[in-house]
Amino acid sequence: MNTHDTSRREFLAASLLAGAALAGCNTKNPFEKDAAEMVNPSGEMVKLLSVDGEVIEIDKAFLKPVPHLPAVSNDAARLGIGNKKFVMVIDLSRCKSLKKCQSACNHMHHVHPGQNWIKVYPMQDAEHTAPYWQPTTCMHCDEPPCVKVCPVDATFKRQDGIVLIDSDRCIGCRFCMAACPYSTRVFNWEEPEMEPEIAAQPYSCESSVPQKKGTVGKCDFCPDMARKGELPHCVSACPNGVFLFGDMLEDSVTNGAETFRFSDLIKDKAGYRLMEDLGTKPSVYYLPPVNRNFPFENAETKEEAKKS
Amino acid sequence: MENLAKQKVIQDLKPQQFGKRGMIWVGILLFICAVGLFAYIRQLSKGLVVTSMRDYVSWGIYISNFVFFVAISLVGSLITAVLRLSDVHWSTPLTRIAEIIAVAAITFASIIIVVDMGRPERFYNLFLHGRLQSPIIWDVIVITTYFFISMLLLYFPLLPDLNILMKLKEKTSKGLDKLYSFLGSFWKNTPGQIKINERAISILSITIIPVAFSIHTVTSWLFATTYRPGWDSTNFGAYFISGAFLVGAGGVVVAMYVFRKAYKLENYIKEDHFDKMGKVLVMLALLYLYFNINEFLVPAFKMKKPEEEHLVGLFTGEFAPIFWFAIFTAMIIPIFILLFKKGRKPLPAFIAGCLVVIGSWFKRYLIVTPTLLHPFLPMQDVPDSYRHYFPSWEEWAIAMGSLAGVLLIITIFARIFPIIPIQETITEIEEHENV
Ligand code: SF4
Ligand code: SF4
Repeated sequence: MNTHDTSRREFLAASLLAGAALAGCNTKNPFEKDAAEMVNPSGEMVKLLSVDGEVIEIDKAFLKPVPHLPAVSNDAARLGIGNKKFVMVIDLSRCKSLKKCQSACNHMHHVHPGQNWIKVYPMQDAEHTAPYWQPTTCMHCDEPPCVKVCPVDATFKRQDGIVLIDSDRCIGCRFCMAACPYSTRVFNWEEPEMEPEIAAQPYSCESSVPQKKGTVGKCDFCPDMARKGELPHCVSACPNGVFLFGDMLEDSVTNGAETFRFSDLIKDKAGYRLMEDLGTKPSVYYLPPVNRNFPFENAETKEEAKKS
Repeated sequence: MENLAKQKVIQDLKPQQFGKRGMIWVGILLFICAVGLFAYIRQLSKGLVVTSMRDYVSWGIYISNFVFFVAISLVGSLITAVLRLSDVHWSTPLTRIAEIIAVAAITFASIIIVVDMGRPERFYNLFLHGRLQSPIIWDVIVITTYFFISMLLLYFPLLPDLNILMKLKEKTSKGLDKLYSFLGSFWKNTPGQIKINERAISILSITIIPVAFSIHTVTSWLFATTYRPGWDSTNFGAYFISGAFLVGAGGVVVAMYVFRKAYKLENYIKEDHFDKMGKVLVMLALLYLYFNINEFLVPAFKMKKPEEEHLVGLFTGEFAPIFWFAIFTAMIIPIFILLFKKGRKPLPAFIAGCLVVIGSWFKRYLIVTPTLLHPFLPMQDVPDSYRHYFPSWEEWAIAMGSLAGVLLIITIFARIFPIIPIQETITEIEEHENV
């Protein structure tokens, strides 16, 4: 298996940055890490939002403005990032349903409590076959049924392969939810609860935040992170490296710690896609649950069995 | 035809004031509408969370009500167009009943679809950003077209009647008179006008047929263009249309009976009409049954994995009571009632019509909801309430409010305009006498 050293370094740097980057402070944005050691604390504290979505307090002196990132316009967000074709590989042999991906995703996108963009299914294909865990995101289909049926172009396919939702345009007809065979879409049935600083953020379809009442939502492949050269939240949150994310054109995918040549990985490990027969052409590939790192243990069914 | 007889027809058919029962009826309808409106205001302020719809069952009784309304509205084209073009004359007194049912139902179909939207205030996006490949846009186009053609088919045959009403000695009321002259004062009953009107009506009667077929076919495609078991069917267009004609004809029989009783129209809506409509109903019910057998038996023979859960749920599972109730009340029992000559007398025919309409409403519910509860991937990582669906009181109130709204439009229309075409009835009697 070939590792790509350059892109690996890039992504390692990116994940370091991810540890330091802070959102939620609009004008004086994130600070650089190495600068922190040289500054004397001023005693003046400011509240910030950490990558885990927690509000933390930090001395003001540690903040240093970085070059301003221009906000992506709606047109640019609809077009996508040039010369990219994003792809995800989910390695089922590594998953033990920790659901760290899910909680990180919910946190960062302020998904309504109870709803999830990432679902982790206990699967068993037939009576005598082995059970396994199957995390699902939006498949970012290349022939997306959801996009086909949307009457107002609120769900759209970008040239980098990502399928996004424009919550400023969505009329809430929910046709896309009926059309998506992967049941990945959720709906904001009520006014989403958010902290005021999040609600005050300008909406962008790339961050999907703030969520809007009466509109639909789903996994967005974190294009806002990709623009910064960083990995989606689920990828960096998973301690077992189940999710690999990358660019088809570069032919590489990474989970932050390991980087693989995408085509080799899929070939060697017999990767496949879900519901291939429907012709939706997903951008998410699965590696079969063979030689598994963990035995399959379903806490939910265990509890149920205990109860009864 | 003697003037006296003509006067009698006019006297019999001119719109009448509501009696006590009429008042109570309108009062009840208004009340139901008001409750529905109240529920909708709640929904507007709180969001669709007041409904029982959730991520899996993302369409509920609003959408099944929509399908029901579109279905019942098809009868306008059946009675006015199909029967008119096939030179069937007995249906003349029924045309206006059918046409007002069509207009009222299609109006509320549009309203209920807006009610179902998460962001109704963004409705204009359909025009600003409409994308032609979405079946919703097709539906918007054909439903609007159907609405306008139906309005014209209601209006043009009304013109000679307006003329008659304006000439009436005892004026009904000032307001109504103004309305009549606003709508029809240009109509002078000249042979030229009559000729143009007739031509217009026959052109519209022809154009409405493909439009009517499209509205319900496109509505069926809202489901059939998805992959879901239970919807993914090439049979859906024909299945929907046959069902639509059935429920529409059932609705007409019910309306015939009610109007006949309420306005004492025994001389105009005769037993013969019930007899003939009864036969039409039997034929349509058999046709719908045929498409149902296609729709369920063929997949049930194969029992493909994704279909299996859905079909078993319908046949013997969770939805079996409603499923068999709908099949029996909408088709089998009415067929048995109406097959017999005695069953085609007004009262039994009325009962059969009611059964058809009620059964069909539940049928629409079954088309929408069970499918959504059987997604390809099992339901997972959602709160328990997401796994079931039973409409909330707000949904019931709004759905019932919309049904009451349809009845209200029909009732008020019958208060203002003659529900049986006067001029056409006179002409027909004259023709009859000449023969
Ligand atoms: S998985 Fe569903 S929501 Fe995502 S692109 Fe495919 S059809 Fe659309
Ligand atoms: S719910 Fe929104 S995104 Fe989905 S089809 Fe309707 S308008 Fe498009």
